[in-house]
Amino acid sequence: MTPAALVHGLVLPVLGIAFVLTAVRAVRGPSLPDRVVALDLLSLIAIVALASHAVAERQNAYLDVATVVALITFLGTVAFARYLERHARRKK
Amino acid sequence: MEEVRDLFILALLGGGALFVLVASIGVVRMPDLYTRMSATSKAATFGAGLALLGVVVDADHLGTAARAIATIVFLVLTAPIAAHMIGRAAYVSGVPLWSNTIRDELDGCYDAETHALGTPEDRPARGLRTVRGRRLEGDEDHPAPRRRGR
Repeated sequence: MTPAALVHGLVLPVLGIAFVLTAVRAVRGPSLPDRVVALDLLSLIAIVALASHAVAERQNAYLDVATVVALITFLGTVAFARYLERHARRKK
Repeated sequence: MEEVRDLFILALLGGGALFVLVASIGVVRMPDLYTRMSATSKAATFGAGLALLGVVVDADHLGTAARAIATIVFLVLTAPIAAHMIGRAAYVSGVPLWSNTIRDELDGCYDAETHALGTPEDRPARGLRTVRGRRLEGDEDHPAPRRRGR
């Protein structure tokens, strides 16, 4: 078995299961921070999938995509956290 | 030799995917936000780090390996910051703890308005308001925390 076949046969299906499970949490909530945490995990799953794909297809460009996803997710999480905190403070 | 390297890469990629799977099971099965965050912020970051380490081993150019290492460093630096900010925002906005939580060490010690930390004894003097409006009482097994040294 070649590495590419094993990545596509084993690693990506495992990541698919993880993606579905996390999406269940993102849909069910119950609170907004739960959804933010689930979205954070979804992007980490995407990073692992992109890294595996970069190895399997011998395409280095996917690695740059993984880096950019990591950068954007951090900014998004921080923005959501600030929004949540300001919202909570205004409510009091 | 080439086969050994392939095996090593596959072990790293597969291990990363397994850790991320465990984190996603934790996110679905854990009872409250704070325990769910402990699954994502540790297991999932470690899994992504393992998978990117697989890219480092696989890389045939130094540039590729350097980009993968930079991504690992970035993830390890930012994951705790993001988890801390989300956790604080959730606590301040009143996301409930699990009903079987034994102790909430921030209860009575954290002012939601000013983000000032203090002990329960400080509360009247400094006018601290608790996030949950509940006093720390404790029981025989888990006494209320004593005031720590100045």
